[in-house]
Amino acid sequence: MASADIDVEYVAKLARLALTPAEIERFGAQLGALLDHVKALEELPVADVAATAAVIPGTGVGREDLVQPSLDRETVLQGAPQRQGPYFRVPSILGEA
Amino acid sequence: MSVTIESGTLLEVNGTAFEAVIGMECHVELKTATKMFCGCRNVFGGEPNTNICPVCLGMPGALPVPNGLAIEHVLRAGLAFGAAVPPFSKFDRKNYFYPDMPKNYQISQYDLPFTSGGTVTFRLPDGALRSVRLSRIHLEEDTGKSMHLGSSDGRLSGSTHSLVDFNRAGVPLMECVSEPDLRSAVEAVAYLEALKRTFVALGVSDVKMEEGSLRCDANVSIRPVGSSEYGTKTEIKNMNSFRSVGRAIESELARQVSVLREGGRIVQETRGWDESQGTTHVQRSKEQAHDYRYFPDPDLVPFEFGAAYVDGLRAGLGVLPQTRIERTIAENSASGEDVKVVVQQAHQLVDTPGVADYYDEVVALGAAPQAARNFILGDLTRLANESGTPVAESRVSPAALAELVSLVESKAINSKIAKDLIARLWADGGSPRELVEREGLSQVSDVGAIDALVAEVLSANASVADDFRAGKAKVMGFLVGQVMKASRGKANPALAEERLRAHLAGE
Amino acid sequence: MDAVLDRSAREIAEAVRTRAVSAAEVAEAAIARVRERDPQIGAFLTRTEDLARERARRVDERVAAGEALPLAGVPVALKDNLCVTGTRTTCASKILEQWVAPYDATAVSKLLEAGILPVGKTNLDEFAMGSSCENSALGVTRNPWDLGRVPGGSSGGSVASVASGTATFALGSDTGGSIREPAAFCGVVGFKPTYGRISRYGLIAFASSLDQIGPITTSVADAALVYETMAGFDPCDATTVDRPVEPAGTLREDLRGVRVGIVKEFALDALDAAVREVYAQAYRDLERLGAELVEVELPTADYGVATYYLIAPAECSSNLARFDGMRYGLRVERADVAATYEATRAAGFGDEVKRRILIGTHALSSGYYDAYYVRAQKARTLIAADFAKAFARCDVIACPAAASPAFEFNAKSDPYSMYLMDYYTIPMSLAGLPSLSVPCGYVTPPGAAGPLPLGLELTGPLFAERALLAAAHAYETGTQHAKKHAPPPLAGAAR
Repeated sequence: MASADIDVEYVAKLARLALTPAEIERFGAQLGALLDHVKALEELPVADVAATAAVIPGTGVGREDLVQPSLDRETVLQGAPQRQGPYFRVPSILGEA
Repeated sequence: MSVTIESGTLLEVNGTAFEAVIGMECHVELKTATKMFCGCRNVFGGEPNTNICPVCLGMPGALPVPNGLAIEHVLRAGLAFGAAVPPFSKFDRKNYFYPDMPKNYQISQYDLPFTSGGTVTFRLPDGALRSVRLSRIHLEEDTGKSMHLGSSDGRLSGSTHSLVDFNRAGVPLMECVSEPDLRSAVEAVAYLEALKRTFVALGVSDVKMEEGSLRCDANVSIRPVGSSEYGTKTEIKNMNSFRSVGRAIESELARQVSVLREGGRIVQETRGWDESQGTTHVQRSKEQAHDYRYFPDPDLVPFEFGAAYVDGLRAGLGVLPQTRIERTIAENSASGEDVKVVVQQAHQLVDTPGVADYYDEVVALGAAPQAARNFILGDLTRLANESGTPVAESRVSPAALAELVSLVESKAINSKIAKDLIARLWADGGSPRELVEREGLSQVSDVGAIDALVAEVLSANASVADDFRAGKAKVMGFLVGQVMKASRGKANPALAEERLRAHLAGE
Repeated sequence: MDAVLDRSAREIAEAVRTRAVSAAEVAEAAIARVRERDPQIGAFLTRTEDLARERARRVDERVAAGEALPLAGVPVALKDNLCVTGTRTTCASKILEQWVAPYDATAVSKLLEAGILPVGKTNLDEFAMGSSCENSALGVTRNPWDLGRVPGGSSGGSVASVASGTATFALGSDTGGSIREPAAFCGVVGFKPTYGRISRYGLIAFASSLDQIGPITTSVADAALVYETMAGFDPCDATTVDRPVEPAGTLREDLRGVRVGIVKEFALDALDAAVREVYAQAYRDLERLGAELVEVELPTADYGVATYYLIAPAECSSNLARFDGMRYGLRVERADVAATYEATRAAGFGDEVKRRILIGTHALSSGYYDAYYVRAQKARTLIAADFAKAFARCDVIACPAAASPAFEFNAKSDPYSMYLMDYYTIPMSLAGLPSLSVPCGYVTPPGAAGPLPLGLELTGPLFAERALLAAAHAYETGTQHAKKHAPPPLAGAAR
C-alpha cells in the first residue's frame, strides 16, 4: 500500500475538482505510489544547486507598447457557455467571495 | 456610539494612550497604450468585451508577452522614491479561481519584485514633514470586472448571477505596499496625495480614483504608545476617493478604540467601507488564507537590469514634485509667511498640470518667487479655468510673467495696471514692458504729478472734500478712486491717498 | 495521383511549384485517402476537407503568380492541441469537445503561409498527457503496424497518420517524449527541436517549460525542411529565442569525425534480448558510418522521471486552471460558481489529467513547494549540467527512444509503468535539448501482427539542430530501415 503523503480532498478543493469517494481513494493510492518514487530525489546533492529559473539562458525583454487588433466580440461571445448581451454570464459568485 | 478622532490626537483607551498604526496597499493602473501582456488597448470605459484577445481572455494556447513601457514605469516609480532595483527580477503566478480571472491565476511578482524599499516623504496640511517607508513596488495584471445581478442592491450577497467584462483584464497594475508607518487618517490621505503627485509627474499613471486607476486598501491597527508590538490589524476596502479613505480610517480607528474600551478584542478581518452609512462592515474573516501556490511563471523569462540602465533611468526622472515642494518652502522660510499657506501653494503648483515647470521657469528668469506664485495661482489660474486653456499653454510666456512681476515689485506699475495687463497678455501675448512703455502705463509716482491730479479731484468734488474734513473717513476710498480715474489708473494709489490727506489737511 | 501522396514533402512541393500537379489535385487525393484509410486507424478527430480545398485554391493562385512556396500543396495532419482558426480544437478532451479556435498557432500559420494543405486534426492523449494515446476522451487511434497495439503518445494520431500514409507529414508536440516515443512506435521520424526554437503560441499548454512543437515525417530531410519553415523568434511567445535558424543545407551521408556518446546509465542489458540486439546493431552501424563511439555519463538521468513528474504536473495544474466553464468550453451549470467549477472540471477531465492536476497542485502547495517543486527544479539543473559535461566529449548522444516496441492496448494499467515509457526521452526534455527519433530496426514479439518498429534517439547540444539533423540523415541513409518493412495493408484498402 502506498504512503499517502497527499491530502487528496484538500488538493482537489484547491484545484476545483469534484471527486467521488472512490476517486479520492483510488487517486490517493496512485499518487502516493508516485510520491514514493519521487522520494528518490532526496538522494540528490542539491544543497548548493540553483533551481532552474529559465530553460534557455537569456534575459527577459519587454515588448513595445504598440496596439494590436483585438478579437471580434461576437466571435468570442458565441463560443461562451452563457452570455447576456455583451457580457459573459456566470452563476452566482457567492461561494468564491 | 461614534467617536470623533481629531487628526493628530492620541487615541485613549481607559487611561492608556494609544496610537494608530496604518499601512496602505495601493493598486495603480499604469498609463500605457496597451495591456500588460498583450496588445489590446488599455483604455478606461468603452463597450464591454471589445478590448480582448486570446491572451487577456485566457484562451487555450495564449501566451503573455510583457509590456516594456509598463516595466519602465514601475522602475521609475520606485527609483523616484529611492527604492532599490534588484539585479534579477521575475514574474510569478498567483493561483486562485474567480470568474473575473481569465486564467485563474494572476501574473504578479512574489519574492523578486522590480523594486524594493524606498521612502515617501511628504508634508501634512499643517506643514509638518512625514516619511513613510515603502516595502515594495511591483507589477501585476488587473482582473476583469463583474456586475452582480439579482439582488435588490447590486451587491454580491443575494445575487443570482454575474456579468463579466474583460476589458480591464490584463491592464498593467503597479502595487505599492507601504510599511505600517502612518499614524493618522490625515497622514494616510497626505501619503496618497504624495504618491499621486509623483506618479502623475512621472507620467506613469493618471491616478484617478473615480476611474479606478487608483485603488487602495488600508491595514489599520492600534497599540499603546511606546509599544513595539503590533495590534491585530483589519483590512479596510472599498474606499472610492481620498476623502472616503480619510473617513473610513477614522471610522475604523474609532471602532477599534470602542471595542477595546468595552474590553473586547480586535478580530483580524476584512471590512468594507460603506460611504452612505459612514461605517465599515465585515466582508470576510481571514482565518482561511488562500494558498496561492506562487511559482515563477514559466512563460516569462526573468529580467536582469544592468547598473548603467538603472542609472540612466534615475538620471532621467526630472525634478520630482517633493523636491519642488521642499524648495518652494525653503525659498519662503525667510519671508515668515505661514508655512501652512506655503505648503498649500506649493502643492497647488505641483498638482496643476504644466504649472510647476512654468513656475520654475518664471523664477529662473529672476522673478520673486512669492509674487510669481501669487500671480500664477491667482489671476492666471482664474483665466485658465475660465478659458479652458492651461496656464502653460497660454499666450502668457514665462518671460512675460517674469517681466510683469519685476515691474510690480519695482513699483513701476501698480496692481490695477498689472491686473489689466495680465488680461491683455492672456488674450494677445506680448511683452508687458513694451506695453507699459508704448502706452505710458507706468505708475505715476511723481509727487508733483499726483498733486496736480489731487487738486483737480478736490476742486471737482468740493462737497465730498468737506464731508471728509467733517469726519466722514469712508469717503477717502471714493476720492482715491477719482484720482485713479483721472490718471487712467496709473496713479500710485498709496501715494494718491497720502497726497489727498495732505491736501485735505491743508498742507 | 495517389502515388504523389507517397512522395516526400520536398518532392510534392517541387511538383506543385513546377505545376506538374496542382494543389487542388493533391487535396482531393489526400481527402480521399483519409476517408479510405483512417476509419481503421482513427488518427483523426476532425477532418478539415473544406479547409484543405480552400488552402489548395490559394496555393495554386500563388504558385501561378510565381511565388516559391517551400511546402506548396503538401498534405499535413495537425495534432489537436494546436489552434487552427475556425476549426474544432479539442486536446482530445470533453472539456473542449466543441471548442472552435478563433486564431492560428504561430507554427501553423507559418506552415499555411508556406503552402500546406491541412487535412485534419489528430488524436492525442488528453491534453498531451500520456504515452500511448489511450488517454484520449474522444477516440481510439491504432498503430498501423498492428491494430491491436497503441501508436504511442501523446502525439499518437499524428504519427499514425504519417505511418498510414494519410498525411505527408504531421505536427506533434513533445513535453517528455510525446513526439519521439510514438515516432519510434510507428516507424517514422519525430523531431523535437531545442526549447525556444519554435513558438508555442497557439499550442495549448501542458507544461510550459517543456512543451515544444515538432515535425513528424517519413525522412530526416523532410523534418529539416519543416523545422526550418517553422522555427524562429515569435513576438507572441516570450520564450522563443532570437537566434538565426541555420538551414540544414545539403545533409551529410556519413559520420566521419562525429563523436557519438553512448550513455553508461542507459546500458542495453536492461532491455529485452531482441530489442537489445537491434540497438547494439544500431551502435555498430554508427561506427560503420564513421562515427567514433564515446562512453559518456549522465549520473542524474535516473532521476529524470521523478523530476519530470513533479515539474510537468505543477505547471499543468496552473495551465489547466483556465478550463472552468466560464468563458469557453464545457460548462456543467450549478447554483453557484464554485460548484460549477468543480462539476465542470470533474466531468470535463479524464483520470490522467485529474491525477496530474492533483499531484501538481500538491507539489506547489504551501508546505510542500520547497520539498517537491523547488527540489525538482534543482534536480533539473543537475541533469542539464550532466548533459553539458557529456557534450564536451561528444557531438551527439545516441540511445533507445523507448525500451520496447509498441505495446498492446490496456497493457499499462498502472500509471507509473506508463510514465516509465518516457524514461529515455525525459532527461533531454528537462535540459531543453534538440532530440529526435529515427527508425533503427524491427522486432516481432510473439502475437504481433508483424514486425514492429524501433527508434534510435539522437540528441544534440542546445541549438545544434543542424549537426543533429545531419547526423540523423547520415544514419538514415546508411541503414535505410524505413524501406525494409511497411505496415500491413489495411483490410479492404488498395495500397
